[in-house]
Amino acid sequence: MTAFVEFAQVAYRVDGREVLRGVDLKLERSEALVLLGRSGSGKTTLLKMVNSLLTPSSGEVRFEDRRVAEWDPIRLRRRIGYVIQDGGLFPHFTVARNIGLVPELEAWPAQKIRARVDELLDAVGLAPDVYAARYPRQLSGGEKQRVGIARALAADPPLLLLDEPFAALDPVTRYDMQQHFLKLRRDFDKAALFVTHDLREALLLGSRIALLHEGRVEWVGPSAEFLQAPSPHAQTFLRTLELEPAR
Amino acid sequence: MNSFMTDILQTSGEHVVLVATAVLAAFAVGAPAAIALTLHARTRRWVLGVVNVIQTIPSLALFGVLLPIPFIGGIGKRTAIIVLALYALLPIMRNMVVGILGIETGIRESALAMGMARQQILWRVEIPLALPTILAGLRIAIVSTIGTATVAAAIGGGGLGTFMFRGIATADLTTVLAGAVPAAVMAIIADEVLEWAERHYSV
Repeated sequence: MTAFVEFAQVAYRVDGREVLRGVDLKLERSEALVLLGRSGSGKTTLLKMVNSLLTPSSGEVRFEDRRVAEWDPIRLRRRIGYVIQDGGLFPHFTVARNIGLVPELEAWPAQKIRARVDELLDAVGLAPDVYAARYPRQLSGGEKQRVGIARALAADPPLLLLDEPFAALDPVTRYDMQQHFLKLRRDFDKAALFVTHDLREALLLGSRIALLHEGRVEWVGPSAEFLQAPSPHAQTFLRTLELEPAR
Repeated sequence: MNSFMTDILQTSGEHVVLVATAVLAAFAVGAPAAIALTLHARTRRWVLGVVNVIQTIPSLALFGVLLPIPFIGGIGKRTAIIVLALYALLPIMRNMVVGILGIETGIRESALAMGMARQQILWRVEIPLALPTILAGLRIAIVSTIGTATVAAAIGGGGLGTFMFRGIATADLTTVLAGAVPAAVMAIIADEVLEWAERHYSV
């Protein structure tokens, strides 16, 4: 009964609206689970419960065999990398300082932080001598997301939470980032909870997919089996993959 | 003439002290209050509403109201400083609240998600990012206080208003200008310097 991340009968209500109902899910160490769903399906809400940005109305979330509610939220969050759509980079910090922030908060020696920042910039494909001193406003959308991912990896957390990190990128950049993310996750051996509304992305990045619909888990299973999932909502998503050029 | 110049300089100095004390007092009270208000939406509307109302009271009337009140009222500098500080409160507090609340939600959320403590978020993220807006508030407060402080002479607060009231009473334009010109120059200098600081600290 032990899991790396576990949701047990999680519900979330806000202003009388049920955002999540009876969610049971598990994520193993080093696994990538994609939360797939349309806008308003509750996938982001679920994600934010892991690092305690939101608290379930009922049920419980566990991380590393401890209830999230029992964790000191600051300790918990520093063990979990978090990447969001617009990167959430601090505009008044250089790239290097953005990436080095959690190590800095953890009082690493300056030398070690610098080495780690360079290592991560290399890992996400940005030359340290070109990018370290830049500010976020001097970066393209794709570069911002690379820095965002480097920042999430900085203190070597075992888990990454990603909330539609590539949704705002152009398709070609998005494809590059997806390929890059696959490699990074393998190289750094991270577990990931990845929120997306894009089935193609879910199939590419997830070892398993959980399909959310109106606050419930509609279907969960290995990515490869999604194509045969009987759920009508899964079928709806599959239709988005069909190519039909206009005549 | 020489003693007239000395008189102007001395009175200008008095004016600066009056303005500086009032704005510093307003900032010392207003800044922490504004930070607290960013966390409580209901209290925020209420408090900013009151501060806003204070702003609409004509300054001479406010001096008059405070005169008979013991401790904070009476003739002299103290009453003048209290009134000026009350006026400076609105731009300082409003800009601080607007500056902090105006920070993108994604940035605040990232700060939380990276495990920053409340105080760290305040000092390392919110205040630096809100700084240009905060400085703009301070600029408005200082420039308007330089003007309003001339009225302080009416209740014995001293400052450049002394010349202006004396000049008006004796219909002597030179004496009026002896108060008005230094006040205007002061306001222009303060405005320029703070505007430069605002630009310097904007991201």
